[in-house]
Amino acid sequence: METVRGFDGAPPAKVAVQGVSKWFRTERTAVHALDNVSLQVDEGEFICLIGPSGCGKSTLLDIIAGLTKPDEGTVLADDQRVEGPGRHRLVMFQDSALFPWLNVIGNVMFGLTRKPGLSKSERQDIADYHLQLVGLEKFRNAYVHELSGGMKQRVALARSLAPDPRVLLMDEPLAALDAMTRDQLYGDIQRIWQSRKKTIILVTHNVREAVTFGNRVVLMSPPPGSIRQTFEISLPHPRDPNDPRLAAFAQNITSVLKNEVSREAAQ
Amino acid sequence: MKQGVIVAAFFVALVAIWQAAASFSGWSPVLLPPPLAVAEYLWGAINDGSLLDASAVTMRRLIIGYVLGVSIGLTLGLLTASSDTANATIGSLALGLQTLPSVCWIPLALLWFGQSETAMLFIVLMGTVGSVIIATGNGARSIPPVYARAARTMGSEGFDKWLCVILPASLPFLVSGMKQGWAFAWRSLMAAEIYVTIITGFGLGHALHYGRELNAMDQVIGVMLVIVFIGLVTDKALFSPWERFMHRRWGTGLAA
Repeated sequence: METVRGFDGAPPAKVAVQGVSKWFRTERTAVHALDNVSLQVDEGEFICLIGPSGCGKSTLLDIIAGLTKPDEGTVLADDQRVEGPGRHRLVMFQDSALFPWLNVIGNVMFGLTRKPGLSKSERQDIADYHLQLVGLEKFRNAYVHELSGGMKQRVALARSLAPDPRVLLMDEPLAALDAMTRDQLYGDIQRIWQSRKKTIILVTHNVREAVTFGNRVVLMSPPPGSIRQTFEISLPHPRDPNDPRLAAFAQNITSVLKNEVSREAAQ
Repeated sequence: MKQGVIVAAFFVALVAIWQAAASFSGWSPVLLPPPLAVAEYLWGAINDGSLLDASAVTMRRLIIGYVLGVSIGLTLGLLTASSDTANATIGSLALGLQTLPSVCWIPLALLWFGQSETAMLFIVLMGTVGSVIIATGNGARSIPPVYARAARTMGSEGFDKWLCVILPASLPFLVSGMKQGWAFAWRSLMAAEIYVTIITGFGLGHALHYGRELNAMDQVIGVMLVIVFIGLVTDKALFSPWERFMHRRWGTGLAA
């Protein structure tokens, strides 16, 4: 890391969600998406938000990113109130959201060119370093449509890591991938998280994914979205998703999740 | 190569059918001149400069009217895509304008501007703007919102977001808007030139009009061929580079 000029490795930030509520109002109805959600995330922690669809987990991630404003409550990132999106909290989206008019390196450079205090060659070096980190340095000049789904998500990972955010927000980043590619990325994301010391908040509906990644798994339930239960996963990283000890955690979470879903269906 | 032969054979066959019709249908050559007569007219008109002059006059009007129409149309089109109010107002107006054939503007243009270049430009402009607004607006509205969201988290807001994200993301739709605009400007101008005679310049439409007045069918068909030719060449020269660029980047339209 020291070999990359202009790259200081910003320390991870802590995130505090305090009493956040959100309604989505249309002319006819108001959907109560989040109800008084509070969550404390420590520096460098890997948190997974999990829950059935409609539990507000993606909305919560949007609010932490600053892309959506809460109706009540606040989000603090390192004791600073979140008022809008900022490059210290970068988001990785489910469908990569890479820009098709730029090639791979252009996409990785996008956030870097908007980060002050870097020379052009420093930006190049940082971008190349991150492409290497995700193993795609050979595809530097390829266009987005020439990449497979897994490669796109790797580029998206490099793009959100390159400007050196302090928090990485991932919105179901592996949901659209096939099982084999997903297993590979389980390893990659854990390796990068460990070497780069980022605070990561990841939204998923996949229990196995949540227990593989998370220091803590936060189970959310609808409606309105609120935190149901938090599970500590006390196993060292890197974890193998097929580890039987993980299966025990997963089983526990799955049974609570099932109760949630059937409770909701009964209502 | 094989494709080229087929294309050439196709057009040779068309000319042959035309020749056969002229020779054997019993129609008077005044009504249906054989291909050679049209070629003779074209050769003569090119040599005495009248055809090139007319083309130059027409192209000048077209380019001015088109550039104006597309600049206004693209701007308003993007505006309708970014604001619901703009869409409900400007967008509806554009939809109305688009349903009005550009010939319908001729009476108004003549009364307002007289037999002048301004009247010509006005007709071309009114014929172009509506369709460009609609094509651009529809396109820009279908840009995935995730692009703008991703850009905002990476520190791209306001003008930078428009210039570096919304604009390139809407490129495919801008080009289709520009193509629409081109087609409509060309049609409007021809309609205007056929109906409005003005002394500041005789365009291709006038040449067509006088061909009819003089019963010179070879001239009518010859000018029509020139109009088609200019349309094709412009389409290729103006839009092919953009389309190749987009197909390479977006990976669209690539024959497998």
